[in-house]
Amino acid sequence: MTTQKLSALAKTIRSKNAGVNLITFDIIFRERETYERVKRSGVLTRESVCKLYRIPPERIADFVEFDPANAIKFTIYRLRPSGSPGDPDIFGAQQYAPLLDIEVPAA
Amino acid sequence: MNSLRIICPNGHLGFAPIRVESFRLGVAARPDYIAADSGSDDVGPVPLGTDTSTSPLAWQTHDLEHMLLAARELGVPMIIGSAGDTGANSRVDLFVKIIRELAAKHRLPRFKLGYFYSEVGREDLRRRMRGGETVVGLEGYAALTEAELDATERIVAMAGVHPFIALLEQGADVIIGGRSSDSCVFAAPAIHHGFPEDQAYYLGKVLECASFCAEPYGGKETVLGAVAADAVEVTAMHPGQRCTVASVAGHAMYERTNPYFEHVAGGTLDMSACHYEQIAEKTTRITGAKFGRAAEFRVKLEGAGKIGERYVGMVGIRDPYTIAHVDDVIAWARDKVKERFGDTGYELYYNVYGRDGVMGELEPLRDQPSHELCILVQGVAPTAEMAEEVCITGTRQMFYARLPDVKGSAGGVAFALDEVLRASPAYRWTLNHTLRCDDPLELFPTHMTTAGV
Repeated sequence: MTTQKLSALAKTIRSKNAGVNLITFDIIFRERETYERVKRSGVLTRESVCKLYRIPPERIADFVEFDPANAIKFTIYRLRPSGSPGDPDIFGAQQYAPLLDIEVPAA
Repeated sequence: MNSLRIICPNGHLGFAPIRVESFRLGVAARPDYIAADSGSDDVGPVPLGTDTSTSPLAWQTHDLEHMLLAARELGVPMIIGSAGDTGANSRVDLFVKIIRELAAKHRLPRFKLGYFYSEVGREDLRRRMRGGETVVGLEGYAALTEAELDATERIVAMAGVHPFIALLEQGADVIIGGRSSDSCVFAAPAIHHGFPEDQAYYLGKVLECASFCAEPYGGKETVLGAVAADAVEVTAMHPGQRCTVASVAGHAMYERTNPYFEHVAGGTLDMSACHYEQIAEKTTRITGAKFGRAAEFRVKLEGAGKIGERYVGMVGIRDPYTIAHVDDVIAWARDKVKERFGDTGYELYYNVYGRDGVMGELEPLRDQPSHELCILVQGVAPTAEMAEEVCITGTRQMFYARLPDVKGSAGGVAFALDEVLRASPAYRWTLNHTLRCDDPLELFPTHMTTAGV
């Protein structure tokens, strides 16, 4: 079965602080059918995100499928609040990269 | 009044200058208000802790000057929330001073300048805690203890619409706010003019980050929001941008955990039944937002506590064997700091760029380091002298790390700078909490003065 990378299917893949102790990730699709296809595929779930980022399920604060924007969104707890010394990404803006290469099965 | 129109030129005034072309188009549309928030906790705890702005004075002045001249020219109010990034009292005073100086410089006819403060005193909070108030933690924070309060340097409370409305009722032409929920900067005038809270708070939600609700992506461009009794309409002012159903709906989830709910002092905006409709090339209409008042009036508090003075150092590594054993190199240097200073009383951090410097423990590829690495070293200690020595020991000792099979024996790392650099002091967010209040204005004293000639 052929697959496509998430980066080829999504319009936007981003991460950003949601408050000082959370980083939220948005994967937004241009077309409803692509969004539905990714939802159905099961490649983006609480479980798959935990595995990709190697974090326990308790680190996931929320996981939402947001139909009005054709978007999948999840949020993780930081280990220490943003801007603490040693925090390499105060805005949480560069944490999405591993999502780009997720392989999505053909429809 | 059937609708009220507000333009927002900047989602974080001062952090990067507004783009003037789309702002002028927004002004030409003759809005009823010009408003922007100037704050963010994204900038980390250091500005609040050190009582500084992360935005340069020149950019703050640039944006305030454009907004003030346009607002006085049109004869409409101008509203700024979260003055100077943090909304601390010194930042409110700074913005009030800038407005006065600009008014004098341009010889603007006298106008009413309202402002309010947001700082909460440590002893005020301690009295409330001892009186039985629980200061409830958000997002994984435990309830506030007196020990954490003692470790806190400065606290600001996040205002809702209330102090803005109080100042509008007193006839303010320009308002400079302390720390504020960004959406309330826009919701306040809508409520003041009698529009329903449902629409008013949604208007705030969609305008708060200026052109982030438009596409294609491009920050610091002006957008115009219009609120009516049953709908909100938002229009991009930049010739190349549009507010589309996708861009507006997509913005609803920006920077928050759940895209359906937005919490502010006094209640929650529920966007779960929102309907989005493209009504013109650059305009989207939103209906169905609901605002629910909270049973208990709780205000969010932000606080920063100092950890210590900080120095940073940098090293590079090119030897593949050393790269494969970089953790041993770091352990060697840490050990030398420990020999000198012991186990505690300082902090030492290593970010290994080229391996997992950006993502740390979240990096899936940390076992595939690049052919060269840059390591950022941070030393934190109670005094600058100690922080410098912690940092330079933790940096320079990497040069001397003893790896069993390394071929190079003249130095284990490369220095671009054979020194360590003083950085901002290290702070941490100590407060990310909420406090119950009897009166929505009790933490936000308002003041009225005048500016101009």
